Amino acid sequence: MLYREAGQFKASYAEDSQIFPIRQDKIGFWVLMLVFGVAVPLLANQYWLKAILIPVLIFSLAAIGLNILTGYAGQLSLGSAAFMAVGAFAAYNFILRIEGMPFLVALVLAGGTAALVGILFGLPSLRIKGFYLAVATLAAQFFIVWALVKFPWFSNNSSSGVVTAQDVTILGYTFATPEAKYILTFLIVAFMALLAKNMVRSSTGRAWMAVRDMDVAAQVIGFRLMRTKLLAFAVSSFYCGVAGALYAYTYIGTVEPEGFNLDLSFKILFMIIIGGVGSIMGSFLGAAFIVLLPIFLDNVIPMIFGDALGAGFVSNFQLIVFGGLIIFFLIVEPHGLARLWQIAKEKLRLWPFPH
Amino acid sequence: MKLKKTVLLGAVIAGLLGSSLASANEEQFIGLPSYRVGPYAAGGSGLFGGWIDYMQLINERDGGVNGVKLTWEECETEYNNARGVECYERLKKKGSTGNSVFQPVSTGITYSVLEKVPQDKIPMVTIGYGRTDAADGRVFPWVFPMITTYWSQASAIVNYMGQKEGGMDKLKGKKIGLLYHDSAYGKESHAIMDKLAAKHGFEVIKIAVAHPGNEQQSQWLQIRQAKPDYVVLWGWGVMNPTAIKAAAKTGFPREKLIGVWWSGAEEDTIPAGPAAKGFVAAGFNVAGANYPVIADIKKHVYGKNKGNMEDKTRVGSVYYNRGVVHGIITVEAIRKAQEKYGKGKALTGEQVRWGFENLNLDDARLKALGATGFLPPLKITCADHEGPGKVKFQQWDGNQWKVITDWVDSDRPLVRGMIEESAAAYAKEKGIKPRDCSKEG
Repeated sequence: MLYREAGQFKASYAEDSQIFPIRQDKIGFWVLMLVFGVAVPLLANQYWLKAILIPVLIFSLAAIGLNILTGYAGQLSLGSAAFMAVGAFAAYNFILRIEGMPFLVALVLAGGTAALVGILFGLPSLRIKGFYLAVATLAAQFFIVWALVKFPWFSNNSSSGVVTAQDVTILGYTFATPEAKYILTFLIVAFMALLAKNMVRSSTGRAWMAVRDMDVAAQVIGFRLMRTKLLAFAVSSFYCGVAGALYAYTYIGTVEPEGFNLDLSFKILFMIIIGGVGSIMGSFLGAAFIVLLPIFLDNVIPMIFGDALGAGFVSNFQLIVFGGLIIFFLIVEPHGLARLWQIAKEKLRLWPFPH
Repeated sequence: MKLKKTVLLGAVIAGLLGSSLASANEEQFIGLPSYRVGPYAAGGSGLFGGWIDYMQLINERDGGVNGVKLTWEECETEYNNARGVECYERLKKKGSTGNSVFQPVSTGITYSVLEKVPQDKIPMVTIGYGRTDAADGRVFPWVFPMITTYWSQASAIVNYMGQKEGGMDKLKGKKIGLLYHDSAYGKESHAIMDKLAAKHGFEVIKIAVAHPGNEQQSQWLQIRQAKPDYVVLWGWGVMNPTAIKAAAKTGFPREKLIGVWWSGAEEDTIPAGPAAKGFVAAGFNVAGANYPVIADIKKHVYGKNKGNMEDKTRVGSVYYNRGVVHGIITVEAIRKAQEKYGKGKALTGEQVRWGFENLNLDDARLKALGATGFLPPLKITCADHEGPGKVKFQQWDGNQWKVITDWVDSDRPLVRGMIEESAAAYAKEKGIKPRDCSKEG
């Protein structure tokens, strides 16, 4: 009833190829941006900002990064956390070692460093595919974390290998409060998500998808495989690197190499599987799901069962429910939450009079 | 319908009133960021079990601290930094006065909240882990790496070897192997061991074991070739029993294999089986149930069926007793703070911080607590947030841990010098002006 596109005519190509061709979507999008960009920092308390919203945004960015590589270009990777680590430590070192380095420049340089490392570890993708490539990226995961522990230069000779992020200062303003950090994270993530959305809609994205669907055919019709694949690795690692730097600077505040272990890589992979492989919006939904569900269960399960079961059981039960829910979602909708949203939209168009 | 609504509303209001009446009795809230699943669950369940049992004992036997009941809530961290931060944020405003103290029992989480605790005015106590140079209370007023730090421990282990050899000068020319977990935690041992080696003239052979450490063939081959006089086992988790078994296989005497306190629990020796007999480990608490405090827990807590441990045979194990140590220190700091800020009152984190900074558990106090010999006497000051820096050594006899030394001291001037140097560097980097301790009350 409300969600109808009747009467909205497209008179030009530009209008036809917008991200949100339907007016209601556009309104919804801006409402969402206003809610998360203005209302949330004004209203949410510290717990929500620091412990829930900032990590969801940062993991969304990392998930977008992996989605570009795995969802769009079809290259399975298990090294996302390692590229985040490169970004975090690169940002730390750029700010530490170069006097007066502006934060945003350091962020871009951190992403660039991660992109270079990503290209290096993307080289095997020219020869190997699928699960074998996943194993090669696994090597990146272990090598990078090992190297960051092994060479104390990266952590400025800290005896424990843990580094503390410097203050975030842009144009003389220090982002110290959770609200300020949230807004900074929100703006960066929103900007980069928009960039990613446009990238996958452009010829770059089409090249990635062609390679994903069948690389031999893509090569035959004139896509250069090496360039396309390595570009996907570079862009993906750039996103992960920036996410890693934000993780250090606006979220945790300290980083240690072990924090970026294989578990985190798997977590990011689960985010895109649950959210939707090959969908920018799915990256957000998946990140929210994976970050929020354990916290939700942690709050709800003791409320239902109380202390009757013993703390050890409650903790284990959460994991069981978490795993069960993931399997349930994958069976009900293998294409992820983004696909569920799409189905809901189609249904909504016909509502309340479906045929 | 209207009636139903009114009744429901009435019930809600009654419920709210009831709960606010209940909280009129003073309560002190302690947030517990526990880990009972994941790779370190075996240690976590023992430690948090012991800690909760001790607080339960205070509630059951004494009716709380001067009448203030202790309340607590667990928050599962899975030993994961991000979850730990979430728990910290979730727990910090709970209870009538907020969280009194945060004790993460994870070095990673310690670092993650290190800069948040001064802002939220919640003291952080890290017993036997965490950031070593935080022992300099002038730079880190809110952080208490109590009893002893990794650096003090390394030094105490070397002192123990000196005792065994019959004098520190006998260590000259000796070789000491350092089998360490290849992580930030393991590398914490390097700087101090190098310093001690230079001072006493022994040689350190550093051998890394990659996480998780269930394969140590090549490392032990290296040890066999180098023939060290002692091997320090700086391990964690599955790496420990593997190392003990490999030592037995290569014929390295277990009496000369010395574990750190995260390598010396029943969880490390029992899986190694008979190979572990003779293995020595350091500990800032001892194992055993024959202490009055443990007996009281058995009587007042387990006697009323309110114990936290599912497996009661673990009461008195190393990790369980370590949890009791956490409990004792937490409760005593609250007691101390009440002396200043009013007995029988719930305190804020800021007030409890004063309690930690002025904590003094001398022999008499430990005796009153029924914990003589259970943990070293402890005195915290404004400048020194570490305290004794002493450990006892225990030996596994095949069935249980036997204490074989008194409290072994560390090389205090050397360790303190390193701590102050490192803390000063941190203060400079962060622009912190160290407190003047002569002005603290």
